[in-house]
Amino acid sequence: MNPVVDALARSWRDPRGRAGAIMLGAIAAGAAVGPIFLPDPLAQPCVLECRNLAPSWAHPFGTDDLSRDILSRVATGGRISLAVATLAVGLSVTLGAAMGLVAGYWGGTVDAGLMRLVDAALAIPRLFLLLLVLAVWDQVPMPVLIVLIGVTGWFGTGRLVRGEALRLREESYVRAAEALGANRRRIIFRHLLPNTAGPLLVAATLGVGDVILLEAGLSFLGLGVPLPTPSWGGMILDAKSLLFTAPWAGIFPGLAIVMTVLSANLFGDALRDAVDPRGA
Amino acid sequence: MTAWLARRITQAVVTFGVAVALMFVLMRLAPGDPLSRMQEDRMMDPAEIAKTRAIFKLDQPIHRQFAAFVKGVLRGDLGLSIEHGLPVNTLLASRIGPTLLLGGATILLNFTLGLWLGVRQAVRRGSREDRTLTALSLAGYATPSFWLGLVLAWLVGIKLHWLPVAGMQSPLLAPDAPWLARAADIGAHLVLPALTLSIVTIAGTMRYQRAALLEVLRLPYIGTARAKGIPERAVIWRHAWRNALFPVITLFGLWLPLLVTGAVFVEMVFAWPGLGSLAAGAALGRDYPLVMGTALLAAGLVVTASLLTDVAYALLDPRVRYT
Repeated sequence: MNPVVDALARSWRDPRGRAGAIMLGAIAAGAAVGPIFLPDPLAQPCVLECRNLAPSWAHPFGTDDLSRDILSRVATGGRISLAVATLAVGLSVTLGAAMGLVAGYWGGTVDAGLMRLVDAALAIPRLFLLLLVLAVWDQVPMPVLIVLIGVTGWFGTGRLVRGEALRLREESYVRAAEALGANRRRIIFRHLLPNTAGPLLVAATLGVGDVILLEAGLSFLGLGVPLPTPSWGGMILDAKSLLFTAPWAGIFPGLAIVMTVLSANLFGDALRDAVDPRGA
Repeated sequence: MTAWLARRITQAVVTFGVAVALMFVLMRLAPGDPLSRMQEDRMMDPAEIAKTRAIFKLDQPIHRQFAAFVKGVLRGDLGLSIEHGLPVNTLLASRIGPTLLLGGATILLNFTLGLWLGVRQAVRRGSREDRTLTALSLAGYATPSFWLGLVLAWLVGIKLHWLPVAGMQSPLLAPDAPWLARAADIGAHLVLPALTLSIVTIAGTMRYQRAALLEVLRLPYIGTARAKGIPERAVIWRHAWRNALFPVITLFGLWLPLLVTGAVFVEMVFAWPGLGSLAAGAALGRDYPLVMGTALLAAGLVVTASLLTDVAYALLDPRVRYT
């Protein structure tokens, strides 16, 4: 059986994995479909009398100081957060796999050079890597933000895949393929990559949680998702000044982050145990 | 051991060197230079801009800029902050104390409460308590520190008026107040930031300690100790825990970056006058020499921490030295 399908099936049988997958699916569905039925997250229906309304039937999560509906902002913000996280993690995992396979299979100076780069990059906390670029760049557009988050996230995965490639390179079936005259491309894509799919899937799932927290943090600092697009971190930043008047403005986006990251991590944990049962 | 140590130190120096180069490249990834950004914010005379460019050497070709930057780093001179008009070194030195205080308090909480909880979990493996603690710590790990900080500030500070929520010292306390009163004041200000940072990071310690102890509890000598009739408490703490403490050293190396990064948000929320809030303010103010300085210091801390971790390992476990 395909090892990835097997790992997914096994993590589904794990209560943590099932809970995480169901919660994550529900959140993703809500973020995808919710904004279609909810009022416009930027709409300000009236100027004064609907500011800072407490949660009610009309506004289940209340309204903020610009009288915008918080539930639709949380849903639309979820679309943004999940899209940024998925795309950025996709980029990180692809880069990590590519660099790791190249370093591990080629070896020699390529390997040494890449690994020195990875060591150095891992020594700088990821937030600071991003602050360095964002401090000079004024208000980055969303695609650039996604690329920046993705490009600063592949180092750990790269090291992991390199280790796997080093180990697999010595396996007899890879040796056999080499002896049969398979070229490097065939070995990498047919033999090495499929066998690192499990660890890559784990890294991607756990990476989603990390990136959602990171993006929320950047948006909270005012350096992430550009205004007026709603984002969970940006909403918490807005809510900072509303602690006395409208605490719900900050509570709900925060809870959305906790639920999303928690379910991604639960699923990732179950997946890791399914891929590598030794750690369980 | 000496050869091993020399190799390990060289490796640390190389890592730091590559990190410095990487930071410089990253900084120049953005279009334009930092001063063209500043111009949009404030009206500046072209002659003034040219002068400022010259001061920050932005009028020179990129390889000269890099050479000047590296020379500065080697001499320990990180340049001038644009926003504060002070040397970056002075600013870093004035902020490192509060960050170490906050980080130290957090590490203390993690390594006492976190280790104790991890041991409890391992001993009661699979029980309801074990699962509850895992769930709670995972929830903490998934919580954004800035949000938790705001919620705690709102609940404990604003609703209940139990603890101060901003700064490190009360502005109302006389500067000549007795030593003990000032320490108590700082302590009260420390509680919420340290608690916030601990809650979002303690899951790592607990999980590590739990796994390490479970590993040891499987070994035959634990069975022997139990068979000899040694009380269970002594088996756990004297026989097992001592050996399970060893992998926890690794945690120390993993903590430092997390504390510096995590502190950015917590320090922002609680107006704690440390490196984190300095870095965040610098990034917002487009003060690139200061951002660079804080990132350099963070990278230096990380490289040093991982070097010290490896040395501690080598001292405690001779096998490491020969690999």
